[in-house]
Amino acid sequence: MSALVVNKLSCFYQDNQVLESLDLELENNEIICLLGESGCGKTTLLKAVAGLQTKLSGEVKINGKTVNDNGVNVAPEKRKVGLIFQDYALFPHLNVFDNVAFSLSQYSKEEKKKRVDDVLALVRLCDYAQRFPHQLSGGQQQRIAIARALAYQPDLMLLDEPFSNLDHHVRFQLIHEIRELLKVRSMSALFVTHSKEEGFAFADKIALMQAGKIVQIGSAQNLYSHPKSKYVADFMGQSNYLKVCVKDKYSYQSDLGLLTSNTLIEFETGKALNLLLRPEQIAIETAVNGLGTVKQVDFLGAYQQITVSYQNNDYRIKQSNHFGDCMQFKVGDKVTLSVLSHDFVVFTQ
Amino acid sequence: MISNFNFYKLLPWAVTLLLILPIIALIFNAFSIDNSGTFQHLIDTVLLTYSLNTLFLILGVVSLSFIFALPVAWFVACCEFPSRTILQWALMLPLALPPYIVAIVYTDLLDFSGPVQQFLRSLMGWQQISDYYFPDIRSLLGAILILSLTLYPYLYLLLRSAFLGQSGALFQAARSLGLSPLAAFFRVSLPLSRSAIAVGLSLIAMESLGDFATVNYFAVSTLTTAVYDTWLELGSLTTAAKISSLMLLALVVLITLENYSRRKQKIYQRSGATHTELRFVLRGWKKWGALLFSWSLLIGAFILPLLTLFYYALSYFSESLNARLWQYTLNSFWLAIIVAGLALVIALIVNFYQRLSPGILAKSCIRLSSLGYAVPGTVVAIAVLIPFTNIDLLLNQLLVEFGFSRVGLLFSGTLFILVIAYLVRFSAIAVGSIDSSLAQVSPSLDLASRSLGQNAAQTIRRVNLPLIKKGMLSATILVFIEAMKELPTALLLRPFNFETLATYVYQFVSDEMIEFAALPALLIVLMGLLPFIIVNRLLENAT
Repeated sequence: MSALVVNKLSCFYQDNQVLESLDLELENNEIICLLGESGCGKTTLLKAVAGLQTKLSGEVKINGKTVNDNGVNVAPEKRKVGLIFQDYALFPHLNVFDNVAFSLSQYSKEEKKKRVDDVLALVRLCDYAQRFPHQLSGGQQQRIAIARALAYQPDLMLLDEPFSNLDHHVRFQLIHEIRELLKVRSMSALFVTHSKEEGFAFADKIALMQAGKIVQIGSAQNLYSHPKSKYVADFMGQSNYLKVCVKDKYSYQSDLGLLTSNTLIEFETGKALNLLLRPEQIAIETAVNGLGTVKQVDFLGAYQQITVSYQNNDYRIKQSNHFGDCMQFKVGDKVTLSVLSHDFVVFTQ
Repeated sequence: MISNFNFYKLLPWAVTLLLILPIIALIFNAFSIDNSGTFQHLIDTVLLTYSLNTLFLILGVVSLSFIFALPVAWFVACCEFPSRTILQWALMLPLALPPYIVAIVYTDLLDFSGPVQQFLRSLMGWQQISDYYFPDIRSLLGAILILSLTLYPYLYLLLRSAFLGQSGALFQAARSLGLSPLAAFFRVSLPLSRSAIAVGLSLIAMESLGDFATVNYFAVSTLTTAVYDTWLELGSLTTAAKISSLMLLALVVLITLENYSRRKQKIYQRSGATHTELRFVLRGWKKWGALLFSWSLLIGAFILPLLTLFYYALSYFSESLNARLWQYTLNSFWLAIIVAGLALVIALIVNFYQRLSPGILAKSCIRLSSLGYAVPGTVVAIAVLIPFTNIDLLLNQLLVEFGFSRVGLLFSGTLFILVIAYLVRFSAIAVGSIDSSLAQVSPSLDLASRSLGQNAAQTIRRVNLPLIKKGMLSATILVFIEAMKELPTALLLRPFNFETLATYVYQFVSDEMIEFAALPALLIVLMGLLPFIIVNRLLENAT
């Protein structure tokens, strides 16, 4: 049984369709990241699952239980979903212990303490039970928020940009920590972010959203290497587009020479297409008679990014720095470019 | 979201209706036909003069308050000079003084037998009133002066926080572009404060429009005194309603201006670092000028009136301290407590309605319930009389028809109507105060609580209420202060033989017996001042 099933979910907000007949399925013990620009509907989807969104049509099932359907709208407090927020949402008037014990009113004092200690140990903050939220760092507050949600033993965890307020170095440490934690507890989770790096690090699968729809869902590698549209390609990483022309079933003609495809080309001969080239899929070499000219060189630590003007098109190329300074380029250098062998992705527009 | 769905949505609207019903009734009544011809008579005779007096009063108070408030706000917010930290909070104290009390103090000081004229006479050797000219405080100009002295803090507070809220970098940028501090003030700080000024001045204009006690005491006839007189002396409710509607019209203009300016103000306001680190240090004549101006204002508006009251209160202490004083203090106190408690309940009802089902409906509920805040006390009094006298008439008629005996003026003749009138006027203060403290509670806290298995009612009890405790306390205290001070509503609506401290003081004021007015007046001031200080502490700790 799936942890979450969303079936043909639509949502209107002030005459705008925020979600458009959206389908999504979350397996048990799976973490899916809803990735997209602000306003694409990802937070609305999260709220809809949590029961905080009105004016919905479609079906939502949590652990096989229908919580949203025609005429059915289960109150948020009866859905057993854990919610994690960008601003942590710890109750400022309660200390850490009381925050974590918030949902445990029905238990005896001993049982309560046992459960709180249990989850605090999980997030490694046992010594902080008597502190108040404002006495904790952002990362600690978010861990307490996770502990509070876990203490309630939810069926599903929903995380709304939970790492956005944290410094870069704390952020990725916490992302790994919380991912481990959810995996240990066999939690299924839906995670919303606009940062693909967070999505890569946290989720098993990424669902990229655009204008109320999921445009592609799959592993991060899959979305990066085999995007189904230019939008997905551009969102997942830097992209160059090379104009190519189908020569036969196995090769393309292009400005960068004849390109041999690893797979059978499905388009008819002579069809003009755009070939996606990631910056690391282009090789660059100095050549006195090269047709390309180096326009800009950006040193970025582990690699450098070189912008080359080649027959009126600009190409961005990523060059690892592990060669030391033997591959130094200067603005104005003449270079040749070539395409490294990989599974080609082409778009018709 | 709460199980008892209907009740939870009906209650806020019932409360709102109770608060706006009188105003609707007033407008309705104003359009009804006036058989007595009183209003036509007023139009033919004095209405123009009254309107012009009101207009001049408002213009005068607005201008003079601006002249008072602008320099002190700038000194305190942007400059450094001795005693700045004291002045900073002391300059808002005049808000605690009801204008009619300041008025009687100045009359006592400045009239023929007062110390100022006595001193001048002995100095110059004048014998009688015809020997010299001395301006009469009991005039339109006098009223303008008194009201400006007590109302300027509205503008001062808004301007000070506007100056403090402006980015210091802007001022620095102006200086670096070659402007002197004064030029930078006029070309950067002041234009940026335009909306704060507009908000402050419209508040002051509303207060001046609504003032009754000062102008009545100074025998300046304005629209408020006209309402009072037509009801108490001519007994024409319809005419009073017609004049009141004129004032409502003026109010609509002022409120629109205020709302518009408040919206604009948000654009210029900015949180974070303040002006503090680059205060402009005043030296030499500038320092002495700032000191002279600020302290003169503080002495004139607060210290002198307060000392005078203390002097009279002490001199006539044993005569003033009697059973009646005790009784009226208790009356005022309990009335204010009841009103403050009910206003808090109303504020919680409408605000949690908005919190639970946000949207245009809840927003208008809050707006409508706050409608009465600017309406003058005399107008509110007339407004609540209209529906409740009608209800009383109807009730008695019905009782007689069914063979029971009359119950008299069950609503309009008892404390009930006074409490309603106070609520119409002051609920807005509580609503606003709860609104802003609830706005500081992040909505994600509610969502977190709901996701942890708590329903709406449990969330309110366990999360929201504990977090707005301070807001609830300051809402209660602010309404309490206003209810303690309120005069015209009490004068018009109090049940027979019921006095509040304010009406008690005003009797002596009208009879020019400052020596007996002093002690109860001081009580009003202190009961306003102490909670005022507590609220400010609360608000400062909150931020």
